[in-house]
Amino acid sequence: MIVNGERAAWEAGLTVEKLLEARNYRQDRVAVEKNGEIVPKKNYSTEEILEEDRIEIVSFVGGG
Amino acid sequence: MEKRIPSREELQKALLARCTREEAEKLWKAEVAVAGLGGLGSNVAVFLTRAGVGHLHLIDFDKVDMTNLNRQHYFISHLGMDKTEALKEQLLQINPWLDIETSCEKVTEENIPRLFQNAGIICEAFDRPENKAMLVNGCREFFPEKPLVCASGMGGFGRSNDIVTRQVGRNFYLCGDGTSGIEEGQGLAAPRVALCAAHEANLILELILEKN
Repeated sequence: MIVNGERAAWEAGLTVEKLLEARNYRQDRVAVEKNGEIVPKKNYSTEEILEEDRIEIVSFVGGG
Repeated sequence: MEKRIPSREELQKALLARCTREEAEKLWKAEVAVAGLGGLGSNVAVFLTRAGVGHLHLIDFDKVDMTNLNRQHYFISHLGMDKTEALKEQLLQINPWLDIETSCEKVTEENIPRLFQNAGIICEAFDRPENKAMLVNGCREFFPEKPLVCASGMGGFGRSNDIVTRQVGRNFYLCGDGTSGIEEGQGLAAPRVALCAAHEANLILELILEKN
């Protein structure tokens, strides 16, 4: 799979939630796109990631 | 001295000294919603107004306070005013013929469909990361066809060239350096916040002008 433009290790059964946890992202500060479509937050625990998927994780920092 | 308010035609003619008629017409027809009227949103709205964007929707629940003056586009005379009204007053000083809608309310997951239904382009200009994420998730879910311009990472000073604009996905753009947040104890200062606001505004103009 590709995460933020870089090839990354994939394993069967991987979900968006597991990926975010493994990379120490805070769920309330991110937006996740899978193959160009937003993954709704309520689906993070069930949304499976396949080996050929492209994931973009946008993590926001404060300030504006 | 009392100043005469220029007519709509005079101001449009003045704009045409700096862009083509075709560009001016596209800009005048464009509708941009600005969510958050702090250091990013107040500057984005000023930039878009100067460029001749005709319809702006200003959204913020907050009032102007003294801690805003270091980077946000407000003056002492605006202290205590709703940001929506304080900004509208200024924008009408730049172009009194501008169509401005204001919503003095907090953006929530529930009101996103209503607040942004008329926007052609949505500009995320919040301060807190949780609010940025909430808006982006909501807008991408409800309005995947509307271009969404967001910002993240503009804390501190210097490092001007670290601030970039990048396309994350279809209709989804992110400005900023991506990492300099207020969480690391970095302050927020006018130049770097305005740089990021200029990236957002400049991209919005590009999206308006490149649309056929």
